[in-house]
Amino acid sequence: MRRNPGLVLAIIVILALAAGYFVYPRGWGAENRPWRLGLDLVGGSHLVYNVDLSNIRSEDRDSVLAGLRDVIERRVNLFGVAEPQVFIAETAGQSQLVVELAGIKDVKEAIKQIGATPSLAFVEVIQNGSSTAFAPTALTGRYVKSASLAFDQTTQAPEINFELNDEGAKIFEDLTGKNVGKPLCLFIDNEPIIPDNITDSCPRVQDRIPGGKARITGQFSLQRAKEIVERFNAGALPAPITLTDQLTVSPSLGANSLIKAIVAGIAGTLLVIVFMLLYYGGLGIFASLALLIYIALTLAIFKLVPITLTLAGLAGFIMTIGMAVDANILIFERIKEELARGLSKAAAIEEGFRRAWLSIRDSNTSTIITAIILYFFTSSFVKGFALTLLIGVVVSMFSAITTTRLFLRVFLKDKPKSA
Amino acid sequence: MLRIIENRKIFLTISAIAVIAALAAIGVFRLRQGIDFSGGTLMTFSIKDERPGASLVQEALVNDLKLLDARVNYDAQNDQFLVRVKSLNEEEHQAVLKALEQKFPSLEEKSFQSIGPSVGEELRKKSLIAIVLVLIGISLYIAFAFRKVFRPVSSWKYGWITLITLGHDVVIPAGLLAILGKFSGVEIDGNFVVALLVIMGFSVHDTIVVFDRIRENLLLDRSKSDFGAVVNTSVNQTLSRSINTSLTLIFVLFALYVVGPLNLRFFVLTLLVGVTTGIYSSIFVASPLLYAWQRWSAKAS
Repeated sequence: MRRNPGLVLAIIVILALAAGYFVYPRGWGAENRPWRLGLDLVGGSHLVYNVDLSNIRSEDRDSVLAGLRDVIERRVNLFGVAEPQVFIAETAGQSQLVVELAGIKDVKEAIKQIGATPSLAFVEVIQNGSSTAFAPTALTGRYVKSASLAFDQTTQAPEINFELNDEGAKIFEDLTGKNVGKPLCLFIDNEPIIPDNITDSCPRVQDRIPGGKARITGQFSLQRAKEIVERFNAGALPAPITLTDQLTVSPSLGANSLIKAIVAGIAGTLLVIVFMLLYYGGLGIFASLALLIYIALTLAIFKLVPITLTLAGLAGFIMTIGMAVDANILIFERIKEELARGLSKAAAIEEGFRRAWLSIRDSNTSTIITAIILYFFTSSFVKGFALTLLIGVVVSMFSAITTTRLFLRVFLKDKPKSA
Repeated sequence: MLRIIENRKIFLTISAIAVIAALAAIGVFRLRQGIDFSGGTLMTFSIKDERPGASLVQEALVNDLKLLDARVNYDAQNDQFLVRVKSLNEEEHQAVLKALEQKFPSLEEKSFQSIGPSVGEELRKKSLIAIVLVLIGISLYIAFAFRKVFRPVSSWKYGWITLITLGHDVVIPAGLLAILGKFSGVEIDGNFVVALLVIMGFSVHDTIVVFDRIRENLLLDRSKSDFGAVVNTSVNQTLSRSINTSLTLIFVLFALYVVGPLNLRFFVLTLLVGVTTGIYSSIFVASPLLYAWQRWSAKAS
């Protein structure tokens, strides 16, 4: 870098231009890798459900929660939302199901469908000539006691055991008697339990099964067997969910917030640039160019990771625009001092960079500490803020120093006396 | 050169008054808790055609829908109504919407946020944990920054004053929010806690920059000149960078406050006040306090 600053600088500038083109909301970058925006910027819903696990044995709870998550995710996928998020959270000992639907159109309908308890059903297959039809039977999830994962004694192949209550046992005995040699399907929410694999969803009845205890064997993987058990349990065991928290933002409000944040970001950047030019003159030009490069590169990093940008995340990033020039200010102030001590301009610049590093590191450490703690100990909205702040501060520490230094080396190296 | 040490009593008095006023505001008015602390519902909507006043909307909610605790504000800048009521479930939400739409057909819901009462406890706990952790992290960092002892001031004094300055920078914006809560109904939410934590981070590094310079100058100062003079010179040497580094942040915060999204307004305001207070305290509070303490302990011994 010391030997050929011009080349390194050219590479950085080209990278920054490419990054700028990549992050620009139109054209190639937008088409091939669109921005991921949080629901507070595109509109959408953040729904938190309490899961009532009081009727479920403690050893089944994890499996039921996982199954519930799967089932809800499947329902959510039908709404055509780009990247729905469904996850289980634990708040003050209460199990919760969190659903995030960015860009959803019909929130009312989504809430209605998500809230319904999943329904498991045993479905007969009726062959009518060449066509196949599915016919629901009287046997549903409410007759199921539980399902569990087991392994075949000799082959060690994974299998699913399930148990029905007395009433269910009778229905099941009749049903299996009637369907020996035929498949009997498991449906959840009126769809095969494994939607894209009808064989795994429809085990073949080998014999009439009395007593209400049965096992499903087959050629499925451990993962698949676990999936079936979880969904089976979610549909069978009563774990009702109730909506406790909701945040819904209309698309128009989201778009409005996004535009305002962008305008504020541009206005803030311009204010900083004008200030740097007025206060530091020629040096300010380089700091401003370095700032623009910082903005392009950091946005590209956000997009590449990718980070879902929320309103709070944008606010965090915009704040780092004000902090990114801090390193330059520390360096320039130091250069002024060195010049005052009688050093030549070139020597003062090198000395300024060398001696400012410690203050730059120190001045960012406490912000980095805060951002890390915020990221790990707070809710998802704050996480977005903490993450962009953290990335921004770290990137800016290095970008401001390297880029500005390169600019100064390239453009000031041959004329150490000029002002 | 600013004569900061000479005039320290004026600067410290200003700070003391501001801190006492802020603490009094917090103690008397209390911070008004938003729905993520207390539970409740926040709804925003616009009514394009009928253009009722806020009182008419409030009347509809209180009289027709029997939502006795409903508070309605009209936000002229965005032409929308903000409604704050008790926690509503989805059926109640739809019922309220339907009733309002009957009265004002052009109503368009912008956002709806409802939080159950149980969340507040968790958020309070998490906020407390985050605050304690940040304080521990920052204290460790301060201990690291001042690990080398230089006469005549012992390193723990730098550390304590840095923490006092941090308290100063946090209490003043919190007091302002208490006053705004009392007189304009502004509520604090989880973001408020985040803003305070971020202010803590900024406050510390501003103070450390000045203290670093004081130590450096004390070390270089072979003529053993007056401690006050060294402190005063140090503050003046770091003056422009203390101000400028915060000023650029103030510029972007100001832009966010003026043209930025409305829901970030008080988050940004808290930061803006905290960062501005931070400039003042790093110049006019930290070093004068250090000097005053040093003189006091020199006299005592």
